[in-house]
Amino acid sequence: MEFFIGRYSYYLIAALLVVGLYGITWKRNMLKKVIGMTVFQTAIYLFFIQGATKIGATIPIYDPELGLDPVDYLNPLPHVMILTAIVVGVAVTGIALALLLRIQRAYGSLDEGTVIRKMREGR
Amino acid sequence: METLLDLRPLFAILVSAAAAVAIAFTGRHPNLRETWSVLAAVVKFLLVASMAPGVLAGETYEVDLVQLAPGIELGLRVDAAGLLFALSASFLWILTSFYSMGYMRGLSEHKQTRFYAMLATCLSATIGLCFSANVLTFVVFYEILSVATYPLVIHAESEKAWRIGRQYLIYAITAGIALVGGTALIQQTAGTLDFAPGGFLDAGIGTGTLWVIFLCFFIGFGVKAGVMPLHSWLPNAMIAPTPVSALLHAVAVVKAGVFGFVRLVGYIFGPELLGDIGAATVLATFAAVTILLASCIALMKDDLKARLAYSTVGHLSYIVLGVALLVPHALLGAAFHMVTHAAMKITLFFCAGAIYVHTGKKKVSELDGIGRQMPVTLAAFGIGAVGLAGVPLVGGFVSKWYLAAGTVDAGALVFLGVLLLSGILNAAYLVPIVTRAFFRSSEAHPRFNEASLFMVIPISITAVLSLLLGTHPDGLFRFFSVAEAMVASVTGISFAGGGP
Amino acid sequence: MSQIPALIPGTLLFTAFAALFAGLIRVSWGYALTVLGIGTSFVISLMGVSAVLQEGELRYHLGGWQPPLGIEWVLDPLSAFMVTLITGIGFTVIVYAPRSIRFETPGKEGFFYPSIALLLAGLAGVSLTGDVFNLYIFIEIAALAAYALLAVGDRRAPVAVFRYLIFGAVGGGFYLLGVGFLYYSAGTLNMADLAERIPELYQSRSVIAAAVLMVTGLGLKMALFPMHLWLPDVYNFAPSVSAGLIAPIMTKVSAYAIVRLFLDVFHPSFFVETLPITTLVGWLAVGGILVGSILAIAQSDFRRMLAYSSVGQISYVALGIGLANPIGLIGGLLHIVNHALMKGCLFLIGGNVRLRTGLVEIPRFAGLGRAMPWTMVAFTVAALAMVGIPPTAGFFSKYYLLLGSVDAGNWIFFAVIIVSSLLSAIYFFRVLEMVYREAPESAEGEGGGSDGGGAHPGGEAPASMLVPVLALAVAILLVGIFNVVIVDRLLEPAVAPLAE
Repeated sequence: MEFFIGRYSYYLIAALLVVGLYGITWKRNMLKKVIGMTVFQTAIYLFFIQGATKIGATIPIYDPELGLDPVDYLNPLPHVMILTAIVVGVAVTGIALALLLRIQRAYGSLDEGTVIRKMREGR
Repeated sequence: METLLDLRPLFAILVSAAAAVAIAFTGRHPNLRETWSVLAAVVKFLLVASMAPGVLAGETYEVDLVQLAPGIELGLRVDAAGLLFALSASFLWILTSFYSMGYMRGLSEHKQTRFYAMLATCLSATIGLCFSANVLTFVVFYEILSVATYPLVIHAESEKAWRIGRQYLIYAITAGIALVGGTALIQQTAGTLDFAPGGFLDAGIGTGTLWVIFLCFFIGFGVKAGVMPLHSWLPNAMIAPTPVSALLHAVAVVKAGVFGFVRLVGYIFGPELLGDIGAATVLATFAAVTILLASCIALMKDDLKARLAYSTVGHLSYIVLGVALLVPHALLGAAFHMVTHAAMKITLFFCAGAIYVHTGKKKVSELDGIGRQMPVTLAAFGIGAVGLAGVPLVGGFVSKWYLAAGTVDAGALVFLGVLLLSGILNAAYLVPIVTRAFFRSSEAHPRFNEASLFMVIPISITAVLSLLLGTHPDGLFRFFSVAEAMVASVTGISFAGGGP
Repeated sequence: MSQIPALIPGTLLFTAFAALFAGLIRVSWGYALTVLGIGTSFVISLMGVSAVLQEGELRYHLGGWQPPLGIEWVLDPLSAFMVTLITGIGFTVIVYAPRSIRFETPGKEGFFYPSIALLLAGLAGVSLTGDVFNLYIFIEIAALAAYALLAVGDRRAPVAVFRYLIFGAVGGGFYLLGVGFLYYSAGTLNMADLAERIPELYQSRSVIAAAVLMVTGLGLKMALFPMHLWLPDVYNFAPSVSAGLIAPIMTKVSAYAIVRLFLDVFHPSFFVETLPITTLVGWLAVGGILVGSILAIAQSDFRRMLAYSSVGQISYVALGIGLANPIGLIGGLLHIVNHALMKGCLFLIGGNVRLRTGLVEIPRFAGLGRAMPWTMVAFTVAALAMVGIPPTAGFFSKYYLLLGSVDAGNWIFFAVIIVSSLLSAIYFFRVLEMVYREAPESAEGEGGGSDGGGAHPGGEAPASMLVPVLALAVAILLVGIFNVVIVDRLLEPAVAPLAE
């Protein structure tokens, strides 16, 4: 029990990952797939952030009161990384939505089965 | 043994490759185009022949070009075995060039430029594999030869030709890949790929691996050499124009397979090792069965070129058998048979082509009485026919004599029986063609009317060559001495020299 | 000199932005800038190769921050090799691009060129970075540019690309997750630093999880069987230029990233012994080679055939990783450049055919050999290389893979390489045969393209599209003949960690 509570946030992140993957693989609506993808990516961001949390520590800007002990400061690197990753994620989502727009205009549907069937039948 | 750095082997290869390019660019001017072909053939032959005295004197010409794989050079080396094959192939190419002019123009064939260019490419590859210093270089030229032959096989571009082309490719590519696999095995187990007289593999590699290597090479070379059951592309490939059948499918391409066996037995495994693992017996058995079966099938074929094709299948296996017997006399017979069979068979194919161009006849049963119309052609055919049957005074006798002596040396009297029986069969399927042509009369062939001189002259020359090889085996280009030198280098036994 | 590692992606990134704005003013300005930028980066890459050969590896610290905190760029033999390939292919394609883009996707040129530069920037970044997180960023930059380039194809392209995007996002996500595990167990992102710290943590479950996640992610991106499902549609419906650019290098870069992880981040022994990832990759590659080749045979659309063939070919690279011995991995890495040249050449040839005739269906290719002789010469070379006929490049990578299989004693890999060569012979010779057939007499071949485009057969492709194709064909031959230069100087040092 102790073990579980100590890591409960990781289990939640794992659950979020699974939810995202479920959306990507099982949902037939392509927009829902994009949502699943976003959830999946967000779970990964949370994983990084959670790994960098430290109870009792503060932002990594030198504070004369706390001194130079690194224990009192958060590790900024994961935050920086995730900031970059979020930008990438947004760009990917943007392109995905742009593609969906074109698909919607071309096929009049976002249902994967319908669209792929129409695609296979030719133009 | 002296080793000299010499660029002649390289030039001998490149001259026909250059000719192929020149041919491709001068396709609009037939006379110029065919001049390139003849010119390249003559230059190539002179280059090859100029190395003969040196090789006989025990020198080796080598040149290494670039590395093909780490530690493996694209190396050329002229030794007796390669020279023997290169001499016969390049000499016969000169005659084929002239003959092709008569044949292709006589039939107003299409795409003659492609024909001449690919023929020149094939010769480049053939000479290349003659002079290869190691297995990988050999494989490179072997594969080029396989692919370059394809456009010639499908020359007619009929549905049937495309289908046969596909079959040819499947056989050829399978063979090529088997070779590549075998080569990879050798490189990783033996650590070297350089041909060495007497072989470079040793029993330490393990019998199992040696057998796998042997099998790969058996498939690789067996396809081109037409060893049954890998032969069936060869009769079909006769759909190609006759000069191709004559030069490639009687001399260059198929002999490349046979030459591969010579390299395999004499220069990779070495006779001793091949005998020890028992592979030689297997090879000899396949060859013997092929000789008999092919002769029987030839007997039943009415189409002249098909009959000749099966005859080729049989005679290629003579050479394979000679090689597989592993004794010096048999090896000598095999080596010499490479030359004599080339001369005789090209004569026969040239004749078949001349008859077809001139009269349009393809079938044996239509040839009654044609001797009166085309006496020179049919006389030449007669020389080739009796030569293949093994009648003295023609080249075939000499090589068969040594083969027979070899079977006795090896104590394998079964194979002696095979040789004698197949000699009779050879006579049975070839000689009647000549007798019927001369002694039966037919309305269809009234009076003297020979084919074009472009064809008759090469035919006469090859027929005379076949005779000379029988009467003076060493007189012409010293073929016999070269063959002896090869046997001596592989087995360490030298003959007194001078012929029978 | 020392800035070279950062200069290459830097130049390309700058080009992408500059060309975007220049292109908004006038398309030709954007094009000129792109050509200039990619050309410059190619020249810098070549300088990089010579610098690496002379001085050993170059490291550049971005912004002067020292690693492990700062971002490091590394130009070593392997990354120099990759980045030269990427910029070289990029330069060839950008020269080729304008006519084809104007024909296939009119009105979008302005955005096309900067996207190409952006793609190359991303791929060059992946090759050169010395930081596992940075690798993720660049792989996503390249992917974003690729989505854009591929989606402008016909009406079906967005659907295919959407699937690619989803696969790609999941792959990227897995990789990023792996980076997270690695960071929290080893405390660093710098590759060299990781290589020092990881060996103590081989038993750590998070390091194992990291390795599995990262390889799975990259496997998705490189279309490793059975994660290849997105690929065929994407290449099929893309514009010829995009396919010709992305098929050769995009998946290869992911394969390269796996090799980096394998050799330089985790020690080889970890991937081979602790966690049999390479073995798994090898067996997946076997599946990919067979499935890709067999499905390629079944296709009648030329581009789709090439796409399935890509699935098979990328698996050769994976097979090299799976063999996990020096010569096998060299074969896999050499296949990266070989396949890039071959597949680039083939897709661009498809573009030439489409421009002139509007055709994409193989059964209607008859007569192209006559209509577009030079394009088809290039096709012949590329097709023979795909089959693995020496002395083209394709032969040698397969040969090294065979050597590697023998070394590893893995006879199934050995057999699969042999069989797949046969399979690719089947599907490429089928096209070759069709191309060199005479066009049917009916009006369709002569009269005018009926399936769109409005162009008609007759006439070679314009010089701007022909020269790149021929250049690639020549490169295929040169890389084949001089492959040892690449192997000895660049690849041998790269696989040195394996030899220990």
